[in-house]
Amino acid sequence: MAVRRLAEPHQQPKAFAFTADNLAWAKKQIAKYPEGRQQSAVIPLLWRAQEQAGGWLPQKAIEHVAEVLGMANIRVLEVATFYTMFNLVPVGKFHVQMCGTTPCMLRGAGALLDICNRRIGHQNEVTADGTFSWVEVECLGACVNAPTAQINVDYYEDLTPETFEKILDEMAAGRTPKPGPQVDRQMSAPIGGATTLKAKA
Amino acid sequence: MTKLIVDGREIDVPPEYTLLQACEAAGAEIPRFCFHERLSIAGNCRMCLIEVVGGPPKPQASCAMAVRDLMPNKDGSPKVLLTKSPMVKKAREGVMEFLLINHPLDCPICDQGGECDLQDQAMAYGVDSSRYQENKRAVEDKHIGALVKTIMTRCIHCTRCVRFMTEVAGVPELGAIGRGEDMEITTYLEQAMTSELQGNVVDLCPVGALTSKPYVFSARPWELTKTESIDVMDALGSAIRIDTRGREVMRILPRVNDDVNEEWISDKSRHVVDGLRIQRLDRPYVRDDGRLRPASWPAAFAAVASKLKTARKERIGAIVGDLAAVEEIFALKDLMTRFGVANLDCRQDGAAVDPAWGRGSYLFNATIAGIESSDALLLVGVNPRREAAVLNARIRKRWRSGNYPIGVIGERADLTYQYEYIGQGPETLADVAAGQHAFANVLKGAQRPLVILGAGALARPDGAAIASLAALAAQSLGAVKDGWNGFSVLHSAASRVGALDLGFVPGSGGIGATQMTAAGALDVVFSLGADEVEIAPGAFVVYIGTHGDSGANRADVILPGAAYPEKSATYVNTEGRVQMAARASFPPGEAREDWAILRALSELLGHKLPYDSLTQLRAALFKAHPHMQRIGQIAPAAAADIARLAQLGGTPGKAPFVSPIDDYYMTNPIARASAVMAECSVIAEGSAAQTAAE
Repeated sequence: MAVRRLAEPHQQPKAFAFTADNLAWAKKQIAKYPEGRQQSAVIPLLWRAQEQAGGWLPQKAIEHVAEVLGMANIRVLEVATFYTMFNLVPVGKFHVQMCGTTPCMLRGAGALLDICNRRIGHQNEVTADGTFSWVEVECLGACVNAPTAQINVDYYEDLTPETFEKILDEMAAGRTPKPGPQVDRQMSAPIGGATTLKAKA
Repeated sequence: MTKLIVDGREIDVPPEYTLLQACEAAGAEIPRFCFHERLSIAGNCRMCLIEVVGGPPKPQASCAMAVRDLMPNKDGSPKVLLTKSPMVKKAREGVMEFLLINHPLDCPICDQGGECDLQDQAMAYGVDSSRYQENKRAVEDKHIGALVKTIMTRCIHCTRCVRFMTEVAGVPELGAIGRGEDMEITTYLEQAMTSELQGNVVDLCPVGALTSKPYVFSARPWELTKTESIDVMDALGSAIRIDTRGREVMRILPRVNDDVNEEWISDKSRHVVDGLRIQRLDRPYVRDDGRLRPASWPAAFAAVASKLKTARKERIGAIVGDLAAVEEIFALKDLMTRFGVANLDCRQDGAAVDPAWGRGSYLFNATIAGIESSDALLLVGVNPRREAAVLNARIRKRWRSGNYPIGVIGERADLTYQYEYIGQGPETLADVAAGQHAFANVLKGAQRPLVILGAGALARPDGAAIASLAALAAQSLGAVKDGWNGFSVLHSAASRVGALDLGFVPGSGGIGATQMTAAGALDVVFSLGADEVEIAPGAFVVYIGTHGDSGANRADVILPGAAYPEKSATYVNTEGRVQMAARASFPPGEAREDWAILRALSELLGHKLPYDSLTQLRAALFKAHPHMQRIGQIAPAAAADIARLAQLGGTPGKAPFVSPIDDYYMTNPIARASAVMAECSVIAEGSAAQTAAE
């Protein structure tokens, strides 16, 4: 963890407002909570704001959510700075969240982190072409498929330096590689197919 | 009631008590940082850990657990709490060690040094050495306004300041961003705080993270002489402690007085200190060829005497300003009466309050503490946030506890609580009085409705008619009944109620302040610190006051007086509570206490006042006004006064109510002299302009 601040003023967009669709969605979220407890919807709204703003939360988005919920700006800022899944600085078109917790590290995440450093650059910085940014995160909860990276909303699992580089290449070329395990397995089933219960009952 | 055994002592406490309160009731001392009696419970500092025998096998945060939540013993015997057991000692040492991991050891350069909770509790409950060699955390300082300095590395994350600003001040500006070790207290994007009560976070901060900016590096607490006194910046008479070093007032802190200010004071009360040094009148002046020139006391007195000898008594008048104490008002009235002068007035703003209508017509009858027992509120021509910020916090406290409809007739202002905006002027008030407005039914349905009337409604030509109408409304809405008098006038001048009690209003044939200040009305005007009126050219003005403000500028003779920390003086607050301010320092240079000036002058004028000491003056005062000797008490006013006021009648105008205070920080000569208040005023103006722009 490190001190998290809002992005520099020159990076901030001038304005932010929910699109009509998102606002309608937000109203639905707010309606889930009893009268006077609208601020309970702050996290879903921030999340939607982050999606709309391109994967990060500009200052104006925080203020807009505060306005929609009738909260003080500082209250929303508290939430946005508390949760690290809210990005406070701009991210690339593909935001790589590389797991660096023990199981992934034991399975070779170190080499993947090196690739990130080499190909993308420093953490929380966007490449010049705006394609990539990356950050090392704590456990993604997919240890059985370690090492794992979350790129935007998808998990890419069972990575090796080669497959990871290939994924980055594909993305840079504008294609969408297949998410999930990058080895021969179905989800977290054994590699190379089933090892038990092969016979039909 | 629940029986408990605390450290072997059996006590009975109500089940809603927290364990901390129960232990304190049993006489045990519980250290704490985050817990504060007047704030919500956070339970995050862990310093108040105690042992509950047979309870959970771990130390319990006593502030966050209620007595009723204790698991009962199997045999029904009382629960045993231990506050001095080895487990508790070890727990406290551990917590203290954690708190000190990141707390800098900069006590020698910390303004909190000597009055720091962390310092004291580390001495009492900590261990004598550290096991840590790692670097300490460093945090960027935040700029959060002109009054609160931050050294955020020292913050121990108790969140008292955040809770105060959100709950008591009602301006949710402070927050804790980030988390864990990186948690930081700040305002949104480091904007300046806008609350009039923000200075209180300095008192609440248990360490030196938030310290007073104007007072920075100026004194150590052990060098200061502490004097308990009364504030005069508004009409509440908040309890304060004046800290002086030598002759100089270094700072002002609140004292606890649950009847008035609980333990808060407004920023003006606290930070007006530098105004006591700047622009002071420290010698008499006499106007000579159109210019004020320094003079000796005899020369100044002679100038007054020569003018007064030729003046007819109908052409002499006296106006009392907002900061005058009862003693000097009494002496001035005595002197004027001896001259046969009837032109007296203490209402320089022209407010329609008159002792002739009875004392109940101008007191805050419900009392400030009474706000908490009221169950509906109507604000008429008053902006309590600006006119009495601490009282506004009391209203907010009542509002927060729920079921408190508030209606406002007057300005639509941010009062820090929600209210129903009824209307803007006398017509709406008439509607409410006649029961024609929906909110009237809300008030009628209440057991103890409260009607607060402010200067915005009274200080105008049709003030008397409005006062009468408000009294009528209070009566018809059931605000005045057996055991409850909800008709309450909120004054904004500290001197006002005292002067009204003394009857410092025009006698028979006399004229009021508005006429006195008109051109050609008078030949000689005595101004007892009346800086908020403009006396038309022509009259010879004798100004007795403290600061080179507009009053002194207009004066022909200046007699330098003593400001409120420099005299032992009586003030009567808006409730009618008589309180005594104590002398903490001395008037500068040749300045003297105001009553003594009047006494000396009277001798020269041939109407010697019959008291040579403050004691003798007070004896005379008490004889004439016995209620003045009951310090700290309120002589309750008769409810019949409100009925009498209601019968007065009159036709109010149509103009909307406007609060007379548009700049909270600049209401009196002391505040106007203060550079700190000027800075606050500029910041407030800036943030107001910003809000308007958005």
